[in-house]
Amino acid sequence: MGVARLLKTTALALLLAQPALAEGKKAEVLHWWTSAGEAAAIKVFADAYNAAGGEWVDNGVGGDDTAKNLLASRIAGGNPPQVGQFNTSREYEEFVAAGLLEPLDAVSGPGNWDGLVPSIFQGLVKRDGHYYAVPVNIHGSNWLWYNMAAFETAGATPPTDWDSFFAAAEKLKAAGIIPLAQGGEAWQERITFYSVMLSVGGRDFYLKFIQDKDEATVRSDKMKEVIAVYTKLRDLVRETDAASPGRSWNEATQMVVTGKAGMQIMGDWAKGEFTAANMEAGKDYGCVPAVTAGGPYQVSGDVFVFPKTGNAADLEAQMLMAQTMIDAKVQVDFNLKKGSVPVRPDVDVAAFDTCSQQALQITANNDLIVGSTDMYATADLTGALQDVYTTYWNSTEMTADELVEKIVEAMKAAG
Amino acid sequence: MRLSSRITSRLVVSPFVVVAIFTFVLCVLWSAQLSFTSSKIFPAYDYVGFKQYTRLFANERWILSFQNMLIFGICLISGALVIGFLLAVMIDQSVKWESFWRTVFLYPNALSFVVTGLAWQWLLNPSLGLPELVRHLGWTDFKLNLLGEQKTALYAVSIAAVWQASGLVMALCLAGLRGIDGEIWKATRIDGVPRWKTYLHIVIPMLGPIFFTAIVLLSLSVVKGFDLVVAMTNGGPGTATEVPAKFVIDHIQIRANVGLAMAGATVMLISVVAALAPWVYVQKRRKEARG
Repeated sequence: MGVARLLKTTALALLLAQPALAEGKKAEVLHWWTSAGEAAAIKVFADAYNAAGGEWVDNGVGGDDTAKNLLASRIAGGNPPQVGQFNTSREYEEFVAAGLLEPLDAVSGPGNWDGLVPSIFQGLVKRDGHYYAVPVNIHGSNWLWYNMAAFETAGATPPTDWDSFFAAAEKLKAAGIIPLAQGGEAWQERITFYSVMLSVGGRDFYLKFIQDKDEATVRSDKMKEVIAVYTKLRDLVRETDAASPGRSWNEATQMVVTGKAGMQIMGDWAKGEFTAANMEAGKDYGCVPAVTAGGPYQVSGDVFVFPKTGNAADLEAQMLMAQTMIDAKVQVDFNLKKGSVPVRPDVDVAAFDTCSQQALQITANNDLIVGSTDMYATADLTGALQDVYTTYWNSTEMTADELVEKIVEAMKAAG
Repeated sequence: MRLSSRITSRLVVSPFVVVAIFTFVLCVLWSAQLSFTSSKIFPAYDYVGFKQYTRLFANERWILSFQNMLIFGICLISGALVIGFLLAVMIDQSVKWESFWRTVFLYPNALSFVVTGLAWQWLLNPSLGLPELVRHLGWTDFKLNLLGEQKTALYAVSIAAVWQASGLVMALCLAGLRGIDGEIWKATRIDGVPRWKTYLHIVIPMLGPIFFTAIVLLSLSVVKGFDLVVAMTNGGPGTATEVPAKFVIDHIQIRANVGLAMAGATVMLISVVAALAPWVYVQKRRKEARG
């Protein structure tokens, strides 16, 4: 790896040229958790790290794409922070392959990570027997959130499958409530698409689709069912909510919070908005994991990586950070704030609310969960597919058959 | 003495020449080189021929982005030229408070595209902006959702761009109008030619070079157009307002496919060159004619 060696020597040269900065275990953390709820969550890490004798230097950059891009260019440019954030996905595999990230053997071995880290994450944080990233949470991307007061006003019952979903939508509509609050950004339309696919098609169908890129699966009748439900949702939103295009996810959640809308399909980060509005899970708002109960639960998460800096003091700080982030108590405190659930199974979960309790039960069973698409496919392909879904969601002319053809084309091109 | 001063001046300039060659020429060549590789996050040098270009032109989002750029370009250039010229003519009628109007019309051009984009996004918001105002004025069932409809969103972006760019065209045209010899106006008045005919048949042809400059300037901002779209629609609804520059940035930053992004950037570069070529050609001809 010529490039890697060049980068490493550059990094080393830069370090030698500067006086050693790290006295106490100083660690700059580049992350994108800047909203109120997120900032409260990462503060748990910061406080725990400082208490453990480190010095946390916060570098929060708004927007995950911006932060990831900054991290990538700083690693490539030989001036990395000690700690950086990615999603639990394949997006940092090139950095591992290029030897730019620190292996965490010193912490993972004694900490028995093989027994702690969920098996669905193993392939993404571990390579050739070494861990290169600390997973810190398990999020679920496909949840249905609903406002209980709105349901009561409309006389609707919480849905259990798509038929009862659309029946509830009709009642909400009749009561003058927007049935489904949909944020009109491409990635939200993607989340909706996979939520439908998982509940209609099931686990094997999804894996065949995104992991095997199986053309027969894309052309199957099951796929037509998926598209039919997706189309019905689209038409519902179009009919009841003209202001949807361009809306952000938290604005959409706010509509459910205030009762202006009845339901939203969104990941469990939406919970932070309900909590911030002093609403209680199971009393003021309801949650259904996997949108239609019993379906496969789509997990995602965040990891922190530790770029090589060539400095022994940095390495010490980095190992302390890895140790802190996966600590049992820190995991509980952090995930309570973040709305996700801990990555390790051996923690005290009594403090979690009813939604998280359901998530904890589901994530303990490997047959009930699947990973988010970027765990199985490149950013290139998931992005190309997202283009196709959003085009269909917003188009008035594109047919279901054309959607199938475009998915096949995207898979062939970006494979 | 003379020789040494020439050498000094060359020495002074040389660092800038080096920087220019490095940043412009070499980096452009490097980008073009990467477009023939399968680079992901890091540059790779495994040449794959025209594979990225084949994929690029099979990619519907790219084709759509390019079409959008052309439609946007036609709307922006024609809109800004017509409105800018009319504003200049209006100000040229020795109106009161001329400098006030000039500043007002030129002011949008001083704003960044991001500010323009956000302002127009609010103005066109179907439940907050102008449509709500019209409803308040009494037309209670008035509906207008330019940014929310795939068919109209690109035109909404064009309107914002025209609003911003017209001032620049006005300033250019005004300078041209002021440069027109007063004798021409006197002559046409004596001959009894109506004013509008004078504008149409005499003034506009005389402003040819000005229009040409305006077109070149506007075309460049069309090709590199990115911030206005990101601020106003982020490419949506769906992919209705995607533009080539956004395609390139997305593929570098989010989709980790530098090879494909550079293929897109190279095609953009070629289109800029194509837009500039006639201008360079005309300049050269003119220089030759002057001898």
